[in-house]
Amino acid sequence: MLRFLLLFSRQGKLRLQKWFTPVTEREKKKVIREMTLMVLARPPCSCNFLHWRDLKIVYKRYASLYFCCGLEDQDNELLTLEVLHRYVELLDKYFGNVCELDIIFNFEKAYFILDEFLMGGEILETSKTAVGIAMEEAETLQETMEEYMSKPTY
Amino acid sequence: MSPSVRLQEMIRVIRGARTQGEERGVIQRECAAIRAQFRQADNGTRSHNLAKLLYVHMLGYPAHFGQMECVRLIASPRYNEKRVGYLGAMMLLDEKQDASLLITNSIKNDLSHSSQYVQSLALCTLGCMGSAEMCRDLAPEIDRLLRASNSYIKKKAALCAVHIVRKVPELGELFTPASRSLLSEKNHGVLHGAVVLITELCERNPETLEQFRKAVPELVQIMKGLVMSGYSPEHNVAGISDPFLQVRILRLLRILGRNNETASDAVNDLLAQVATNTDSSKTAGSAVLYETVLTVMDIKSESGLRVLAVNILGRFLLNNDRNIRYISMTSLQKIVQTDHNAVQRHRGTIVDCLKDQDASVKRRALELSLALVSAVNIRSLMKELLLFLSSCPPELRAHTTSGIFNAAERYAPSQRWHIDTILHVLTTAGGDVRDETVPNLIQLITTATELHCYTVHKLYRALIADISVQSLVQVACWCIGEYGDLLLRGECEETEPVQVAEDDVLDALETVLQSHMSSPATRGFALTATMKLSTRITHNVDRIRSIVSIYGSCIDVELQQRAVEYNALFKKYDHMRAAVLERMPVIDKSSPGHTNGESAGGSIKEMEPTKRTQEVVLPQEPANQVCDLLDLLGGSGEPPQPSPALSTTALGPVSSTAGGDLLDLLGGLDVTPVPPSVIVYEKNGVTLKLQTDRQTDTGMTITLTATNSTDREITSLTLQAAVPKSVQLQMKAPSGDVIPAHGLGQVTQTVLLNNPNKVSLKMRVRVCYTSQDFVCQDTVQIDSFPSPAW
Repeated sequence: MLRFLLLFSRQGKLRLQKWFTPVTEREKKKVIREMTLMVLARPPCSCNFLHWRDLKIVYKRYASLYFCCGLEDQDNELLTLEVLHRYVELLDKYFGNVCELDIIFNFEKAYFILDEFLMGGEILETSKTAVGIAMEEAETLQETMEEYMSKPTY
Repeated sequence: MSPSVRLQEMIRVIRGARTQGEERGVIQRECAAIRAQFRQADNGTRSHNLAKLLYVHMLGYPAHFGQMECVRLIASPRYNEKRVGYLGAMMLLDEKQDASLLITNSIKNDLSHSSQYVQSLALCTLGCMGSAEMCRDLAPEIDRLLRASNSYIKKKAALCAVHIVRKVPELGELFTPASRSLLSEKNHGVLHGAVVLITELCERNPETLEQFRKAVPELVQIMKGLVMSGYSPEHNVAGISDPFLQVRILRLLRILGRNNETASDAVNDLLAQVATNTDSSKTAGSAVLYETVLTVMDIKSESGLRVLAVNILGRFLLNNDRNIRYISMTSLQKIVQTDHNAVQRHRGTIVDCLKDQDASVKRRALELSLALVSAVNIRSLMKELLLFLSSCPPELRAHTTSGIFNAAERYAPSQRWHIDTILHVLTTAGGDVRDETVPNLIQLITTATELHCYTVHKLYRALIADISVQSLVQVACWCIGEYGDLLLRGECEETEPVQVAEDDVLDALETVLQSHMSSPATRGFALTATMKLSTRITHNVDRIRSIVSIYGSCIDVELQQRAVEYNALFKKYDHMRAAVLERMPVIDKSSPGHTNGESAGGSIKEMEPTKRTQEVVLPQEPANQVCDLLDLLGGSGEPPQPSPALSTTALGPVSSTAGGDLLDLLGGLDVTPVPPSVIVYEKNGVTLKLQTDRQTDTGMTITLTATNSTDREITSLTLQAAVPKSVQLQMKAPSGDVIPAHGLGQVTQTVLLNNPNKVSLKMRVRVCYTSQDFVCQDTVQIDSFPSPAW
């Protein structure tokens, strides 16, 4: 299973973090710092795989964003590269030519898409189209609700 | 202004802040506003406020005051509020927070909600951060959803079940029946979730594993369908149909086929098909091939398939893509022990990868190269490794040096080569070597008696070139002290001799003594070496005396003590000085011309109380003597590892460890009822018996017992043994080397034999002893061993 998935910029600013195991806030900060240091220090044409503590780290750079995730021993690194690529494709399909600003200003949407694609560190949906359809339908649900905003809950 | 724009407005403002302080100010203001909003009654903006808080949290600022708001939002009937509430729960709450328990009820209600999207929110949150209690509470719900719902919910329920099983393994039994039926689904998402769930169940429970072995044919069918199917736009990735599902199925088949013949047979064809039909020009195909190779190597596959798998890895090694080369080396590392010859074929490519730019690839190539070292390729491979050492990244140096030393110890084709290699490593990377390197090297040098002249010349040259590498300097000092006379003689066969005067040598040692770069241990070595030279040079003894007396008032306590004792040696015990400082006994006791090794050792032991002695050399029988005999058998099996026997003066007082070990051994002798023993040698009143203590499929432990029926005691008894090539031999230290007369005592020695290839065991034993001042040496062949008695 994936242990975590991080997105950060070339300057080391975090854009998305998803943790698939319970981790304390302090530990999260530590991991983020170490990941950014390690990945940003890599020269351009290097191998996309690293070893850190007892995890395998797979990272890939898309334009100005680094996608970095931690794998367990049994996981297939090459497949994880495909997972990262699929996530980028899903974002691209949803936002239309996605760029870093889209993810910054619509971070909650990026999380929702991620939650339709991965769960508990495993792939949830392997079809390219199913995730997009689910997002659309959820959006329609959301709009309808917003129309009834006048009614208070409590 | 519509509320959601305000979120984006806030983000814009925060990003516009020019300094960290400005950003902090903006965020503090926003957080205060959010807190105020949370306290107010509901005004339709709660979800947006929480979203703003989540953004602030991602920047690294504290956001714990939003936890209760998450709980409230989750309980809301509105979808957009639930959505943000659940997102907040996943980001801010984890099982360690108390607030997480409060959402259990909401999750429970939402799991039965009429809208599948609300259900999915609950499933997602439970699957992401559900604690053990929550999982226990809600497991039956999840099981219900696994069975009777649409595929959208089923796939989420499956992964939620995976999380539950990871948290509370006992609940695995609950999900086993449902997961079995999920395999007949058509939807890839559900299928994938089912395979992951089954994998998790099988890994945790061996009985479940047995059950699911029956599902192997079904899995094979699904996999075949995927491989042979035509183009499916929904699932196609670079020509491969749903590589994610394929990889997961292969992984499950690996677990099911491990250690099981029937299951392995059932998948042999499939694996061959996948291996040959998958197009590996893109990463997706390579990922599937990689998983296939891992599966083939892990189950009981037929040899043809294994060869195919190794060839695939070999192809990967030649790929331009660095990732694929890295992957291939990782896999080869896993199989290098079991399929050694197959991997050897690719040695050339692996060695080339040592020169790659990428640090990860270099590391893998190093590990693999070290694993591939064998007696056949040691010379060429060592050249490459030494080349690598001179340019390798600093974090790999320690590992490289220890790997090189291990390889050299095991496969050195000659002693000169071995010494040269170690010296090369010390000059290139002496700062990164293990501590035991110095005593190991010294031991090696003493055994290479023909090379003393050559060695001391090389070391002298290295010393005058550079005195910063401590390990090298220590060895050089020791050698110069020991063999300084050979250096001064000015002739050497193996290498260009240096023409030095005694003063030059003493200058070199004094430079080491005085240099601030030398560690205290190194200075100790240098001082002792200077002292030893006093018996090996003729003209400058006074200079040595003055050096030694100066250090009598050195601040360093160790040096001071040595200097004082050496001073005493000059003044009061000058008559003993020559004996004390004579040539160290060679570790190899059987080599001719060193039969007085014992007496020299004895005299050193006597002097122990009054003088600080130098290294006492343990009789190192097993390793080097066996090397001799192994040559007799015409094989060059691996000589067993020589254990570091030297204790250096640098580390403290050296007691007569030789005697100590013997005493330990006598304590360690087994007193068991006497198993049957066979007499293997009987001559001159000396009888040698062999008994088998323990015997397994792949090895045995035997004890050799020597008794003496003559009138006088037998001394200097040594036993050496040799075995066929693939058998590994380890001789424990003997209980002694003197057999009392009239059968009043005996000497025993335990021998451990490891026979992994189960060849027929033969052993040749050479018995060597002194009886009535007569040195005898005989060899016996043992073809059969008695069975052990139990």
